[in-house]
Order: sequence, then structure tokens, then C-alpha cells
Amino acid sequence: MRERPPKVIVTKIGLDGHDRGSRIIAAHLRDAGMEVVYTPPWQRIDSVVKLAIEEDADVIGISSLATDHLLVPKLMLALREAGAADVKVVLGGIVPAADEAKLLESGVAQVFHPGSTLEEIAEAVRTLATRAREELNT
Amino acid sequence: MNDTTTRKGDLARSEARWTQAYAAAAVPGLSVTNRSGIEIKPLYTPSDWSGERYGKALGFPGEFPYTRGIYASMHRGRSWTQRQLVGLGVPEDYNARLREILAHGATAISLIPCNSVFRGYDADEVDAELLGTCGTVVNTVEDMERALEGVPLERISCALNDPSPFTLHAMLLAVAKRRGIDWSRITGTSNQSDCISHYVANHMFFRIALQGARRILVDHVVFANREVPRWNPLSVVGQHMQQAGATPAEAMAYTIASALQYAEDCIARGMDPDEFLPRFTFFFDISISFFEEVAKFRAGRRVWARLARERLGARDPRAWRFKFHAQTSGVDLTRQQPLNNIARVTAQAIAGIFGGLQSMHTDAYDEVFSTPTAEAARIAVATQNILREEARLTDVIDPLGGSYYVESLTDEMERRIDALIAEVDAAGGMYAAVEQGIVQHRIGESARRFQEAVESGRQQIVGVNAYRLEDEEVTAAPLEYPDRNRIDAQLATLAEFKSRRQKAIVDEALGELGRAAASGGNLYAGVVDAIGVGATHGEVCGRLRRELGFGQPLTAV
Repeated sequence: MRERPPKVIVTKIGLDGHDRGSRIIAAHLRDAGMEVVYTPPWQRIDSVVKLAIEEDADVIGISSLATDHLLVPKLMLALREAGAADVKVVLGGIVPAADEAKLLESGVAQVFHPGSTLEEIAEAVRTLATRAREELNT
Repeated sequence: MNDTTTRKGDLARSEARWTQAYAAAAVPGLSVTNRSGIEIKPLYTPSDWSGERYGKALGFPGEFPYTRGIYASMHRGRSWTQRQLVGLGVPEDYNARLREILAHGATAISLIPCNSVFRGYDADEVDAELLGTCGTVVNTVEDMERALEGVPLERISCALNDPSPFTLHAMLLAVAKRRGIDWSRITGTSNQSDCISHYVANHMFFRIALQGARRILVDHVVFANREVPRWNPLSVVGQHMQQAGATPAEAMAYTIASALQYAEDCIARGMDPDEFLPRFTFFFDISISFFEEVAKFRAGRRVWARLARERLGARDPRAWRFKFHAQTSGVDLTRQQPLNNIARVTAQAIAGIFGGLQSMHTDAYDEVFSTPTAEAARIAVATQNILREEARLTDVIDPLGGSYYVESLTDEMERRIDALIAEVDAAGGMYAAVEQGIVQHRIGESARRFQEAVESGRQQIVGVNAYRLEDEEVTAAPLEYPDRNRIDAQLATLAEFKSRRQKAIVDEALGELGRAAASGGNLYAGVVDAIGVGATHGEVCGRLRRELGFGQPLTAV
């Protein structure tokens, strides 16, 4: 049986609605052969967790251009509480270095900054998806 | 054979000679295309633009079709307005900053509210971590009173970032009333009032479903025209679409198409274009594609003047003038070698000045990381002053006018803009075009094309995909988050306000607003009444969303 393609949720939590980045990333990951679940901005944390479980997602990609990254530690906690700690979370957008450290500490797998190429991002997401499945199977 | 014919013959021979020499010297197959998809030739000559149509195509500054500027004296007579955005923390923080700015001689102020306000919520409805991180928390008439304490509203022009249903404007009017200032003396602009641009490209500001927002927009124009005659109730925004990836030609075309739609809605309501059109303003992005931006603005002025006169039937020249504010584009700024952004902003600002803007915001070089630091903000303003006072860019009006290239490019941009507007018209107007996703699709494709050009290296960006520094550590300055104690105090103030006000009167006003939504009365008059008696921003937005629908953009990728 062929391995099903990586499944990625591309979303925005919090209050900001600038979604050029998340749309471009979603389209690119889809073109790179992944299964992409794209949501509009302003998702609540509990609905992202629910979606990740229902869709059996490997990776959640959060785009943050304002200060919504401040909510990501809450998302990490909610994923753990829901028993979905295997889902890898990546963040792309504008994140100050001091905040990035806190995000990584809270369990975020990787933070992408402006200037990251679509190739780099797709590659990293694919690797993380593989790792998420390995962790789930061990 | 007369002299002119001889000269033309000489010119044609010289041009043919140059064409050969160029072909021999230049790289074969090298083609240059601007962001709007126009192929750029290596040289422009009188064969491209001869000046024969000078009177009809250009005319003089302050005269139809305004290609060279909307006022006779342009920047030679009066500099553009230098507007920088201010918004932070709680109303007291904002007020302190404002007083500083006013002490330095500012005559115009701006208010950027917190993202929670943009999303239509009160402070007690959202995650407290996010409050005040992007703008000022303003939820009630008393918040606005504290924000504007000591600010002479009868003398200062206020630009409010205030999407539909324009609650901040209502709060400003309520403050004026409390102070006994007649509304006829209140000046300023409702920025972010263009709901189509929000639906298409900046969902941040999109609060109420499109057709509901459409109705409130016209109600607001009607109300402002009657009650606050010096207020600009509408700023039509091309910035969001260009930042979302629209080409300069697309951004200009869709902005004008939106303005036509709004104007036609107002006319259908029985308003006279000569009454309301002079109060329409526009807001654009200035990218670093220098000549293209200059041509975009020159062409936009010409297209708007023609359509306002011929299509909308305006007879007052004030209605034909394309007044616009522009902001240097943050999209072109890079995190790599961030001081390079000062050079980028300088090039963008020059394009804006040569494009004939009325008001400008220059980005701070560190905006790509966060809200600007004080020093970076000062450099951004100094850039404008240096260009005017030292480089003396304003000595001559429309100094690029008559350039074979710029005039030819202006003509070509105009053709592109006209064609895009025709496509919108064929779809049934801008609302229909965006509901069908036509505009979003074009913008999405353009965004992708540009990204691909960057990734393939066809579009070089210094420090990003070219001229990179080895081992550059790309860092961001830490963000200054507001003091949590002050946010908690603001939440307590809101709770105290809610408990102190006369609940029955507020409920009655909100009920009235709901009935107006169902019956077809002027919704904006209802917003002003409700805010005036103590309804909060979140309550007004909530009530209207219940009646008119929650704003959800199209989500197709």
C-alpha cells in the first residue's frame, strides 16, 4: 500500500487576518503533493485542536504576522491535553527572537521567518510529518 | 518637403541605426517586464510618445484630466501631509504619545486601535495576551474621551482606522457633543472604511457580511454628508490589494472600480455626486517598482477624472480630483540587512512624491520586525524632509511629465486599468466581481507569479536571494508588550463603565439599531445614538452582526 501523503493544516489563530502568507504556503504545499486543510483566519484554539484530531493531521502550520504567536503556547497545551501531542506545529511569519525561544520551549517544532523559501518550508514540513508518524507508530 | 517631415525622417533613420547598434550589443533574449506585466523597452523616443496629445492627455496641474496633479501649485505650493500612525496600549498611553506629537506641531492625528477592536470585540471578549499589542484598546465613549484628552478637536484633523460600522467615528462625535463642539467643525477621515478591500484582501478589518457592510457604508456617507460635512467618510483603499499581491495596475483598477460601485450606490440612494464625491479619498501602497508606481498614480488620476465626469455625471471639478494618501510598501522591506530598508523606503517615497500624492506615510526600516522603534520612526519622517528640503524634489511640479518613457508607461497603465475595470463591469460591478471571486483569483495569481519570480531569482532582492551576507544573523528586536497591570486596569475600567451606565437606555438604543437593520432605516444614525448613550463597540458590532451576518471572506486557495 502506498503511504498517504503528509496532511497539513494551514491556519491562523487569534485576531489578525493578513492571510497572503498562509494562502501562498497552502497552495505550495498542496502543489508539492501534500494534503492541505486550509482555514480562514481567526480560528479558536479548541477548533484547531478538534480539526487536527478529526483530520488526523501530521502537521499544523500557523501563520502569524501580528502578535498572535503569543497564543501558540496555549495551543501546544491544548494539543497535549487532547492527546494529540504527536502533531507537529510549525509557525511562519514575524516572530521576535526572544519570543521564538519561548515558542520552541513550549513545543513548537520550527519557526520560519520572512525570506524562507517555499522549498525550504515544504521540505521541513515533509520531514516533520514523517517524524510525527514515526513517533505515533513507536 | 517641410522641416517637420525632414526631422521625422532624420529621427526614423537615427532610431533604426540605434536599434541595430543595441541589438548587436545587448544580451539576446533579455526581456524586462514590470510587475503589471508590461514589457519594458530599453529606450523610449518620440515614436512612443510625441506630445501631440499634450492638451488632452496631460493638460496642466489642477486641470482636467489631472495627469500632472490635482492642484495648480501641487507640492510647490504646499507640501504633502506627513502622517505617521500612532496606536498603542491603553487610552492613557495613546494620549501621552499624542500630546507629545501635538507639542511638536502636528495638526493631524491618527488612531490605530487594537486588533481586538478591529475584529469587532470589546477587551473582555478576547485573549488578554493580545490586548494593546498592536494598537490602542478603545471600546467606549469614555475610552475615547481619555484618549483625546487635551486634544482640540475643533482644530485637529483626526484619521481613524475605523472599519464598518464606524464606531470610533461615533465615539469621536459623542466626545465632541460632551465638549459642546459643533459637529460641523469636526474634520478628519474614516480610514479603513472600504469594505470591499477588506472582503478581498484584508480580512482583519472585515467585521460584517458584505451586503450588510455595503448598506452601512452608504448610510455612513449619507449621515456624514448631512451632519458632519467636513468629514471624509470614505477612504477607498488600494493598499490592501497590492499588499496581498495585486500588481500596481490591478490595485489601481480595483480601487477605482470599488469607488465607482460606492458612488453608484450613493447615487441610487438619491445623492448628488457633486455633494459626496469631493469627500471621497483614496489610499495606496507605493512599491519599489519606481517608474511603474509613478505611472500608476498618473494614470489613476486620469482614469478617475474621466469616469467621475462621464460615468458618474459629476460637474464640480472637486469631484474629479483624485485625492490620495500613500504609504511606502512594507512588503518590499527585508529582515536581512535591515538598514537597507532605509534605501528602499527612500526610493518608494520618491516614486510617491513624483506620483503627486497628497499625504504620505514612510515606513520605518524596522517595521518588518515589529511596531517601529522611536529612532526608526524618526528616520522615516526625516527621509521625507530630506527629499523635500535637501534633494529639492518639489521645486518642479510633475518633473517626470513629458518623459517619453513615463508618458508611454502612463498610457499603457491606463489601458490595463481600463481593461480590468471593464472586466469588473462585465461581472456586474465590484460587489458581484468579488462575490464571484474574480478579483481574488487575479490577485492570488499575481502574488504567486511574484513569489515565483523571487524564488527563481528573476526578481532579485538584496540580502534575500542576492548579495547575501555570509553568516548573517537575522534577528528581531524584542517587542515591547504593554504592561499587563495596565491592561488589567483597562479591563476593570470597562467593567466599571458597564455597571455604571443606564442599562435600560443602552438596551433600548441597541434594540432600535436592530430594528433599523430589519426595517431599512439609517443604520449609522443608530450606531451614533447607541454609542452616545453608552453602548460599547463590541455590543454595537455584535448586534449588527446578528442582524446582518458575520463577515467571512471567501476561503478558496
